[in-house]
Amino acid sequence: MLAQKLSPRSIRRWTLFAAAVAILASCESPIPDGFHLKSANERKATPDFSLKDSTGALIKLSDFKGKVVLLNFWATWCGPCKIEIPWFTEFQKTYKDRDFAVIGVSMDEDGWDTVKPYVEQHKMNYRVVVGNDQVSQLFGGVDSLPTTLIIDREGRIASMHIGLVAKNTYQKEIEKLLEIPKDAPKTGAVPAPGSEFAFVRPN
Amino acid sequence: MPKPEPVPAKAGGTVEVKLPVQLREGYHVNSNMPPDPYLIPLRLSWDSGPFTAFEVVYPKPILLKLGFFPTPVPVFSGTFELLTRFKVAASVPPGLVNLPGKLRYQACNDRMCLPPKTLDLTLPVSVSRQ
Repeated sequence: MLAQKLSPRSIRRWTLFAAAVAILASCESPIPDGFHLKSANERKATPDFSLKDSTGALIKLSDFKGKVVLLNFWATWCGPCKIEIPWFTEFQKTYKDRDFAVIGVSMDEDGWDTVKPYVEQHKMNYRVVVGNDQVSQLFGGVDSLPTTLIIDREGRIASMHIGLVAKNTYQKEIEKLLEIPKDAPKTGAVPAPGSEFAFVRPN
Repeated sequence: MPKPEPVPAKAGGTVEVKLPVQLREGYHVNSNMPPDPYLIPLRLSWDSGPFTAFEVVYPKPILLKLGFFPTPVPVFSGTFELLTRFKVAASVPPGLVNLPGKLRYQACNDRMCLPPKTLDLTLPVSVSRQ
């Protein structure tokens, strides 16, 4: 190594005090935790997007209307996202026959070259697409990962979680939304007394 | 950020530069040698030219137990320094030279991660004769 060939006197040491590089997190969002589905009249329509999966098939979010959807923004470099993957794989397996779907939107800059082997390695059994800035902006700019939305059968955002939350939180929210039948009559935006939903369940 | 003072260097000699880095409390970045190939390492690089960065020395990382990896993960947090050793070409004329560099990093806290970023750096160097 060149440094070892140099005499100590020939090496001048300088500290670049003034050039301190401050790596500052540009976005610090409050971390929602616990079960907190919005009431039906508070829910906003989920922005629609179309992205291709690893096979080239187009996935259009609005095509999932009628299902409860867990939409997860993630990346291969995101440690907390990795914790959630087995949970989502389990949810997909457990609830798939009850009109439920998980969609993973990878925010990896390298695209499928990185994402495809990762999906295979982690045996992700749900649909995965590679996102982009345009899709991120539709959701207000997804900067922190994981960011996960639970979408109701009507295609509205029932909850949004920024950062890692407990598995149980997702599970309770999914199960609560799945309790509402696909063909339940709607009563508009007025929630039933004591209910957090804008639906009246058939007797 | 205040403009850094030029680093004095002699043509044909070597120079060491320490770059202090400060992270927001609660956040960490991966070390330069993360244990998982998907994790993005901290990487300081300098453009080639009259100065050759022949060594970048990273500090000793902290080992952090994180839920997504079976063994503690080496990370940097708080305030630390990155040291670069440059060889200055003998042919560099005296005067001020701005050396461009890049710092690539990806920060997380215990619950979330932020996208990878690349900071552009400029190191002003005041070159004098041998």
